[in-house]
Amino acid sequence: MIRIANGQGFWGDWLEAPVRLVEQGPLNYLTLDYLAEVTMSILQKQKQKDPSKGYATDFPTLIGRIKDAVLAKNIRVIANAGGVNPVECARAVHKLAPELKVAVIHGDNVLDKLDEWLRAGHAMKNLDTGEELSTIRENILSANAYIGAFPVAEALATGAQVIIAGRCTDTALALAPMLYEFGWKQDDWNHLAAGTVAGHIIECGAQATGGNCQADWQSIPDLANIGYPIVEAEPDGTFVVTKHEGTGGRVNIDSVKEQLLYELGDPKNYITPDCVADFSTIQVAADGPNRVKVSGIEGRERTPFIKLSISHSAGWKSTGTLVYSYPDALSKAKAANRIIRQRLSDLGLHFDEIHTEYFGVNACHGISAPPVADPAEVMLRIGVRGDSRTAVDRFTREIVPLVLNGPPTATGFGDGRPAVHEVVAYWPALVPRELIETHVEVVE
Amino acid sequence: MKIPLSQIAHARSGDKGDTSNIGIIAYEPEFYPMLVREVTPEKVATFFDGFCKGKVERFELPNLGALNFLLHETLGGGGTFSLRIDAQGKTLGAALLRMEIDVEANEIAKTNHRR
Repeated sequence: MIRIANGQGFWGDWLEAPVRLVEQGPLNYLTLDYLAEVTMSILQKQKQKDPSKGYATDFPTLIGRIKDAVLAKNIRVIANAGGVNPVECARAVHKLAPELKVAVIHGDNVLDKLDEWLRAGHAMKNLDTGEELSTIRENILSANAYIGAFPVAEALATGAQVIIAGRCTDTALALAPMLYEFGWKQDDWNHLAAGTVAGHIIECGAQATGGNCQADWQSIPDLANIGYPIVEAEPDGTFVVTKHEGTGGRVNIDSVKEQLLYELGDPKNYITPDCVADFSTIQVAADGPNRVKVSGIEGRERTPFIKLSISHSAGWKSTGTLVYSYPDALSKAKAANRIIRQRLSDLGLHFDEIHTEYFGVNACHGISAPPVADPAEVMLRIGVRGDSRTAVDRFTREIVPLVLNGPPTATGFGDGRPAVHEVVAYWPALVPRELIETHVEVVE
Repeated sequence: MKIPLSQIAHARSGDKGDTSNIGIIAYEPEFYPMLVREVTPEKVATFFDGFCKGKVERFELPNLGALNFLLHETLGGGGTFSLRIDAQGKTLGAALLRMEIDVEANEIAKTNHRR
């Protein structure tokens, strides 16, 4: 049995979680997921400005904090912290922890290959919309292939204590040590699916251990000290989801089921670079306090394609807010909305979208929200999106004036005009598997 | 009798681009048939009428006593495109739990210890 934990569900997750995971109990592998779809584009921009940047900078700092425990307990760390610059990430780790051997995985960054592939007839159409890649070719910021678990297992075979990947799948982080330790083969589909499901359960960190858990949430103990998830994996593909003893939160059937359903598409076809997992075969059972046993998982042959995560700039946006108080707070906010829209129109400004929400009334739940009778306050939240930065910038000047020249009792404008953000859109596409070549490098 | 869905099920929701995924999970295995019968894609589409602009797909997971819904074109373009405060649809599972369903009194005898 091996213990695999996840100490970071996204870049920005709790800094103390991975430190506590290595200190508060037994562990063999610590995985850390740093990459969301749009993170790559941010890192690509950072690298363009400074060739030594472009990776998750929290990661080397973390290794500096945990290196003694990692060495003492012989824990191996696997992270997709490399972003678009895994070698520089490895060098930064090396600087803070020279005693640790570090390996990186190359091959996910395919930005330089897109034109060659287009010429060779690989259309890379948008999986959601069917649009041609040529329609956004000039605006592409980053392009990465989702790397599976086998290249990560290859990196483990080098004996490296720290493995740094770029855009590998979240589930590969947990599956890789199982491949390496248990010797699972390329076509052990049920085992590959089992490790993939284990990865899915822990990839969002504390969402498996009582965080964001809707079932009986008020009774979940000590969320302030929540323990992050650990999988106790067996060579036969079964595993137990748990957390360190003495930590807060709760692992039970409810919390594990909620996470199994999270960001799920067609349950019978959970597609990764490694296999197709069938979530309709998963069996969960209580296995003592804070322990859930997962078994029965079946999988099928992987598809001949690899998914690309391409990001492109798609205009500008900004969102402003104003708070109106009782009485008639909602009516005032609605009047302010009409006035802003009229002023934007009178200025001759055009946007792809103007969106208004009444926070405290219907912002989260929309049409399904029940009516609220004359609330104490309502926040008007209005945003615009469009190609013209100038137009979006002009919009940001139209919020605060309402405090003096619109309906009464507006407040909450302390931050002044809202910021303008570049819109970075995500373009999922497929390419034949053979096009993606990975290799492992040990960074000295 | 009419009860809110929250009495027999819990939920978690997330995003896939502009598609919202809502997992609805029965608190007890014997509640699952009520989910299948009452929480149809048509009712979910009506519940989010105008908010969900695309189709609603439903997948059954009897092994987990759960349903998975995909609500297409629901998140204002999704990701960084969206101007919504809940651009990832994190709260839509909780929203759906407010939906009223029709049940017989004997079907929900075990629900008292849950909310």
